Amino acid sequence: MSADQNQDLKFSSPYTPNTENDRREMLAAIGVKTVDDLFKDIPETYLNPELKIPDAISEMELVKEMEKLAGLNAVPGDYASFLGSGAYRHFIPSIVNRLALRSEFMTCYTPYQPEVSQGTLQVHFEFQSMVCQLTGMDVANAGMYDGSTALSEAVLMACRVTKKSAINVMDSVSPHYRDVLKTFLDAPGIKIDSAKDGFVSSNESHACLIVQQPNYFGYFEDLTELSNEIHKAGGLLIVVTDPISLGMYKPPADYGADIVVAEGQSLGISPSYGGPYVGLFACKQDYIRQMPGRIVGRTKDTNGESGYVLTLQTREQHIRRDRATSNICTSVGLIALMSTIYMISQGKQGLKHIANLCYQKAHYAASQINDIQGYSVNLDKPFFREFVISCPISPDKINKNLLSKKIIGGIDVSSQTKNGMLICVTETNSRQEIDSLVTALREIGEEN
Amino acid sequence: MNPSEFKYSEEHEWVNSENNGEVIVGITDFAAETLGDVVFVELPDVGAEVKQFTKFGEIESVKAVSDLYSPISGSIVKVNENLVSKPELVNQDAYGDGWLIKILPTNLQELDSLMSSTDYKKFTESQ
Repeated sequence: MSADQNQDLKFSSPYTPNTENDRREMLAAIGVKTVDDLFKDIPETYLNPELKIPDAISEMELVKEMEKLAGLNAVPGDYASFLGSGAYRHFIPSIVNRLALRSEFMTCYTPYQPEVSQGTLQVHFEFQSMVCQLTGMDVANAGMYDGSTALSEAVLMACRVTKKSAINVMDSVSPHYRDVLKTFLDAPGIKIDSAKDGFVSSNESHACLIVQQPNYFGYFEDLTELSNEIHKAGGLLIVVTDPISLGMYKPPADYGADIVVAEGQSLGISPSYGGPYVGLFACKQDYIRQMPGRIVGRTKDTNGESGYVLTLQTREQHIRRDRATSNICTSVGLIALMSTIYMISQGKQGLKHIANLCYQKAHYAASQINDIQGYSVNLDKPFFREFVISCPISPDKINKNLLSKKIIGGIDVSSQTKNGMLICVTETNSRQEIDSLVTALREIGEEN
Repeated sequence: MNPSEFKYSEEHEWVNSENNGEVIVGITDFAAETLGDVVFVELPDVGAEVKQFTKFGEIESVKAVSDLYSPISGSIVKVNENLVSKPELVNQDAYGDGWLIKILPTNLQELDSLMSSTDYKKFTESQ
């Protein structure tokens, strides 16, 4: 072998998977002479422009710089936060992170190999059992990516079960969730009808009716009639619920839900931009084979001892390929683990207590704000920890003003309610924080 | 042994005429053995229409999930309800208690396009 040939068969770096020879063959196959030819459509000025970045600094200087930047953040705790709208700030006991960071648990995947994964599998089994207890449903999976994708998967499932391709969605379902639905349902061509609050009429074309409980604005829907209507039309009732609210309210199974989904973030996960979160997904036993995601089952091994395994895997894509019940077969296992530890550490009484604190504090805040001149809150409809306040001026202006007083106000919902702001109060908001919000709102109202 | 009076499709379904003008459909021993232990069978609703060589249901074993294709066109008059609680009947008695559906055929001449038991035996040996 000549020296030249030897060069051709060498890799240019340990991270480059092809040799000069491979490259020449590939370029010849697509009819290009050099790699640079592949980039000739990009104008010279945009190709490798000079980057305007400062010179390298020492690690110590860099840490200082990053701390300075981080100091610009308005952090809940330092600021009083009344933001909700799908991601909630609840107290997270230290045990959650302490246990979740143990190396035995520290993986985001649900395990195929039961012989080396009994601990993780048992946690997922407990997670499923607790989701069933909370929602009142027969079966739950080991978790989805988040609440919105869990909802989208629930819709695909309802369409498979009913063999229909249109759905009915109440307009009080989170606008963010409805956006995700549009993305998911565009390609399979599922038609989305939107039903107005209280005037829903589900018809026979509908695979399901989607209701959020409590709804996006924090209020409870009366579901008895809606449930009957969709069932009469041969469709399923999908309920998007809130796991903390289930500490004190009726489980969705009690008003006829066929599929229940929820965002699991409020169970021990801090709100963060972009997640990772975990979606809860539960349904009736009849539909288990159409269910997406992983399911962990308990069985007996050859010695008759209890053990845990992934079960009903024939629904999943590594077996069923393109006809799988879902393209989401990876779950956010680590986050599900954290939610499980949270639920176990709180217990039934703990969850009840947290739900009650949220309820009481939210209702205290709502009645205080309703008493301020120029503001009003609908106190007649039942709500949990979120409610809409009507402000005298635009919520956008109010929020800017609140921020200067170290208060993070609520989400602007003025597109749905005139000058409406969605306020969220959880057990983490102290009485002092609530009172300072009320004072600030009064001052802002008087100034304008 | 594959019963000689039955007809067979390349998708490994068998069909046999009943006295009342209906036909009975199942999967062959060869198919059941290849699939392994059957754990679930999804069958169509009574009254549904099927076309020859198109999908009418699914069969799931511990190893795989496969589509079921009808060997003949017609409407479903009966499905084997016993398979809901005892899917293993397909393995135990593919040509008897493990039957899947009964069809009222629209065109009995379609049977001519299927294989005889000897042709099917040759077919499976070549697989």
